[in-house]
Amino acid sequence: MVETVKQSAVSQSETPYLRISNVVKKFGDTAAVDGVDLEIRKNEIFALLGSSGCGKSTLLRMLAGMERPTSGKIILDGEDITGLAPYERPINMMFQSYALFPHMSVADNIAFGLKQDKLGKGEIDARVAEMLDLVQLRKYASRKPYQLSGGQQQRVALARSLAKRPKLLLLDEPLGALDKKLRQQTQLELVGTLEKVGVTCIMVTHDQEEAMTMATRIGIMSEGQLLQIGTPAEIYDYPNCRFTAEFIGETNVFSGPVVVDEPDRVEIESSDLGGRVWVDHGITGPKGMQVWASVRPEDVHVHVVPPAAGANTAKGVVHDIAYLGSFSIYHVKLGSGKVVKSMISANHWHENNVKAPTWGDPVYISWRPDMPVVLTR
Amino acid sequence: MYNGNKLSPFLKGVLIVGFLFLYIPIISLIAYSFNASKLVTVWGGFSVKWYGSLFQNDQIISAVKLSIEIALASASSAVVLGTIAGFVLARFKRYTGSTLFAGMMTAPMVMPEVITGLSMLLLFISLEQFIGVPSERGFFTIWVGHTTLCMAYVSVVVRSRLLEIDQNLEDAAMDLGARPLKIFFVITLPLVSQAIASGFLLSITLSLDDLVTTAFLSGPGSTTLPQVIFSKVRLGLNPEINALAAITVLVVGTVVLIANYLMLNAQRKREQAIAAAMREAAPVPVAG
Repeated sequence: MVETVKQSAVSQSETPYLRISNVVKKFGDTAAVDGVDLEIRKNEIFALLGSSGCGKSTLLRMLAGMERPTSGKIILDGEDITGLAPYERPINMMFQSYALFPHMSVADNIAFGLKQDKLGKGEIDARVAEMLDLVQLRKYASRKPYQLSGGQQQRVALARSLAKRPKLLLLDEPLGALDKKLRQQTQLELVGTLEKVGVTCIMVTHDQEEAMTMATRIGIMSEGQLLQIGTPAEIYDYPNCRFTAEFIGETNVFSGPVVVDEPDRVEIESSDLGGRVWVDHGITGPKGMQVWASVRPEDVHVHVVPPAAGANTAKGVVHDIAYLGSFSIYHVKLGSGKVVKSMISANHWHENNVKAPTWGDPVYISWRPDMPVVLTR
Repeated sequence: MYNGNKLSPFLKGVLIVGFLFLYIPIISLIAYSFNASKLVTVWGGFSVKWYGSLFQNDQIISAVKLSIEIALASASSAVVLGTIAGFVLARFKRYTGSTLFAGMMTAPMVMPEVITGLSMLLLFISLEQFIGVPSERGFFTIWVGHTTLCMAYVSVVVRSRLLEIDQNLEDAAMDLGARPLKIFFVITLPLVSQAIASGFLLSITLSLDDLVTTAFLSGPGSTTLPQVIFSKVRLGLNPEINALAAITVLVVGTVVLIANYLMLNAQRKREQAIAAAMREAAPVPVAG
């Protein structure tokens, strides 16, 4: 997992630019979006991340005006836009399928929104030229969309959605239609363009890597609710629930009741581990409460000789090894049957003068007491 | 058995028999239009005199004129109404009675024409009694009848094309500031224009050769081409009819060939453009 702390252009003022308060959208009896509160700052790139059917696309369509919220308010730059029609909102959207008009040239596609605003011809031409330069497609102005490659179509879609200088730009799975290799390159290219223009942006994606790479902040959605909001690093290092911990990156979760709760430590009796998980900070909660401790694979060590006895350790056998070049993932099967994943760098065994354990070898796992994150839901 | 591109003699034979069955009547019809003899079944040497007498037959000339007028008028109105109906069927969310509406739209296609014709005849007669319009059966009543029939076909063609089109295109236009009515004319209509064109051509052919509905709705002064042909055949076969049929085959065949050629050409150009774009896209430019 790549952890990037972005130098973002987030403005210093604390008043939110976009405020979504308690928005609910019901289709029949089921709530697709169930009471979402969200504040977005100016010039921020915010990613709504969740698996399909979590309500993120519905929330985006409500921002665009394609769906009317059942209840709640959306306020953009001090103006209540909840009831405005899509064509009245200072918001533009880039569709996942790009939705380029097939019967219009690239230039006409970009000019379409400007023509609706009844701008003069000179101004429209100038703005179209500026947008074509921004996405480096000047040569292709007179082409039809089907005469362009997927990556070029994506850039036309971006130019078209930026041409009206929207107060808010919505990106629906912006790179979902591109193949993997092109996607990674385009991610940074897209962020570069967005920062150059300086636009407030909400993107929807199911690809956690895309969200972590592009966004200044991420909101994790599940079953219509926003579970956690934070920077990519905050969400990775301090997930607030099991869903987030397991959705972002890989993790090992041990469940059990709290048996010792002191200000400086917590001990969790985990039957998965066959011992105690010891965490070096207190939590607020009653003794005996069921909690989950999440330990990332890169924090789990594998030993061939038993470490000092105590908590945060267990004996197991090597169940599987996934060799991934610069590192390997060891799957260690514990006595309880639970398989724990551990990320070991390629030269770890060599540096420690130890012969690398292989399939079926007995090993011990351990981690530092400051590594587990205790989750209460 | 079927293997690769080669047909077995048996399959080839079946194919030839099938084609002969379909085309021998038409070929013999055209051949006999050049018959010098007045008797349709006896070959009396080559002649084009029937074509000459055809163009001097005022009854046939006026019937052709009327048929073309009705076909153009019905196709035009059917295209307008059918497109609107197709749009409603494809784009409106479910509403009370939407299934009933969909069923009623396509009913004229499956309803026996005798029933359609008879019911419309009764409708026009009662209308005449109550409000005096239409005062007689003729161009107007045939036009209404053919429009009813043709718009069902147009709505089906337009609807299926609309369902193919990415609905996000209309959403995108709205997102960019266009109002629904404008979107219909600037985005939706151009995208379904081919379907509308083929609906128009389909309507013309349907209207041109409709006999049953027309028979119910035509009056004394209005006789369409199919009616003339039918009545002439009843009086005994006449090589003039063969000549007329040959001309019809020629005209229809030419139109179909031209339409096919244009469509194939457009498709080929499009495919070439896509292939060119894919080749060009191989090196991806890097953003600065």
